[in-house]
Amino acid sequence: MTHPLSTDSGPGPAGAPEAALAADPKRFGDRVFRGFATGAGVLILVILALVAGFLLIQGAPALFADPDRLASQGYGEFASWVLPYAFGTVWAAVLALAMAVPVAIGIALFISHFAPRRIAQPLGYLIDLLAAVPSVVFGLWGSTLLARALIPLYGWLNANLGFIPFFAGITSGTGRTILTAAIVLATMVLPIITSLCREVFLQTPRLHEEAALALGATRWEMIKMAVLPFARPGIIAAVMLGLGRALGETMAVSMVMSGGRNITFEVLTSQNPNTIAATIAQNFAEAYGLKTNQLIAAGLVLFLITLAVNMLARWIVSRRAEYSGAN
Amino acid sequence: MKIKPIAAVLATATAFTLVGCAANEAAGTGGTSSAAAQTLTGKGASSMKAAQEKWVADFQTAHTGITVNYSPEGSSAGRSAFTAGAVQFAGSDRPLKDEEMGAGKFATCAADSNALNLPVYVSPIAIIFKLDGIDKLSLDPATAAKIFAGQITKWNDPAIVALNPNAKLPDSNITAVHRADGSGTTNNFTDTLHQLAPEVWTESAADDWPAAFGGEAATGTSGVVSAVSGGQGTIGYADASAAKNVGIASLAVNGKSLEPSAEAAAAVIDHSQTVAGRGEHDLAYSLDRTSEGVYPAVLVSYAIVCETYKDAATAKLVKDYIGYIASAEGQQAAATAAGSAPLSAAIQAKVKAAVDSIK
Repeated sequence: MTHPLSTDSGPGPAGAPEAALAADPKRFGDRVFRGFATGAGVLILVILALVAGFLLIQGAPALFADPDRLASQGYGEFASWVLPYAFGTVWAAVLALAMAVPVAIGIALFISHFAPRRIAQPLGYLIDLLAAVPSVVFGLWGSTLLARALIPLYGWLNANLGFIPFFAGITSGTGRTILTAAIVLATMVLPIITSLCREVFLQTPRLHEEAALALGATRWEMIKMAVLPFARPGIIAAVMLGLGRALGETMAVSMVMSGGRNITFEVLTSQNPNTIAATIAQNFAEAYGLKTNQLIAAGLVLFLITLAVNMLARWIVSRRAEYSGAN
Repeated sequence: MKIKPIAAVLATATAFTLVGCAANEAAGTGGTSSAAAQTLTGKGASSMKAAQEKWVADFQTAHTGITVNYSPEGSSAGRSAFTAGAVQFAGSDRPLKDEEMGAGKFATCAADSNALNLPVYVSPIAIIFKLDGIDKLSLDPATAAKIFAGQITKWNDPAIVALNPNAKLPDSNITAVHRADGSGTTNNFTDTLHQLAPEVWTESAADDWPAAFGGEAATGTSGVVSAVSGGQGTIGYADASAAKNVGIASLAVNGKSLEPSAEAAAAVIDHSQTVAGRGEHDLAYSLDRTSEGVYPAVLVSYAIVCETYKDAATAKLVKDYIGYIASAEGQQAAATAAGSAPLSAAIQAKVKAAVDSIK
């Protein structure tokens, strides 16, 4: 390691290049880096396997318990108990994405293609700053300010658009509904989707854009023809990352939403299907024995939902490989 | 250059781990050495968190050199830590059940010792509401049960109007707020409804709100109070000391309308019987909320201790500390700091006799 040539070749191009290429230290560096990268790759698999193993082992007593025993010592029969929560998890995340994705793509397009540079850069920083706000602060904001402010709007929606099933039912007197939770979640996933989309939009080959403009396309047509098709896999990946965040969010949902155990598509009532993560957080402190196992088993279900979502995203991205920047 | 910061981080992390271990060790095996015997560790109900903080501060001021720790992680965490021998006493929103009791079941205690359940903290649970233009509301148990069960959904329901003839009740929806998390407050409140209005409230008492009755859920006492105070036409239940910026409903029991006052709440224990078949000094009460002149919705929290500890030094610490919190002075301190209801003199005397019997 203390090869005399290595100290000579180190400082810069002035050293003997031939000798430096053949020198041992460089190969050693290669090996170290490969080892480090492989180790990091393996580590993530090991961590995932450990988490899955923990959830399986700790959740197994509830998964394989007799339904009667679960009814008396746990929270009740597992499948029917966890189903509303699984539904609530997905439903809240879908509502959040339905609101966040169009806005996020709009902001990203504005920053990448419309705004003058002087505005675009500070706006980008502001969006990134939004990602740094802790979820408990979003929870406080949602439960003490947003929910109360939305009560009149919910009343109006229910009175005038109540024929749409989503807005039917008896509106909550506190505004702490799944729609409020979804708005808070949308605010939380907005910066993730926006930053990723912005980066992808900026990668659009300049020649594609100029070709479209040269053919007489307006700016909107150029974006439709050149930017969006090119960025589609990137947008999908960004949305899936945001979905993962929305599915796992605990604190904000637990503070903002009035969670129950029912399956409904009504978004303005007191009775909203709770999310798995919020259910675990709310009940774990007072759980004991089989109840603890049952909550961990619910965590396993959430883990599987997240896994399925991620695999779906991978599959969609790979199916659209022809549009990716690789070609 | 790159190695050094990493090494420093590792060193710090190791140091923290070591400190963490040491702290756990001292708490877990307190009482084995003379130095550790000066530390008393308890865990349990978060309902008496504010009271325990006050008690610990006052006790440590009076007894320099003694450290008392109470971690409010929840009743069940406290009970299992006590059974496993990790703490010297537990705080619990209910006494140990018959099947949980038994000589030799508790790792903290001597081999032939049973546990003792001692009531030390009584707190009234208030029915809180927010309705524009209404600051006084009177309910009876059956009406309250119907509201929380979702059978009465409008504020101008005839049942409410009959109890409040002078109030201008609006034709608006009632949003009944309950706890989303498992809680001793929910347990005692549902027990009240079940004892006083069994024909409406068919479910027995439970830490978790019965799913059959629906309503709006909020996390924690502060979550319920915040949801009620921020909403329109809302009603909920919470520890009376936490009821701020909301109206407090009075409960009419046997024709007598009662506010959640300290005296009326503490009287519940005086009218109740201890659980049969327990040891001479065990004070586990099965609460009778139906007596005349008592405010029925109260939470009674217990200190769970050993009849006989493994060593005399720990026993003396427990006797000093629990003796203090159950004394007139300790009860008054909790009433000031946490808004609890002081135990009556008769119950204080019973708890004192029980504490004196600890060996």
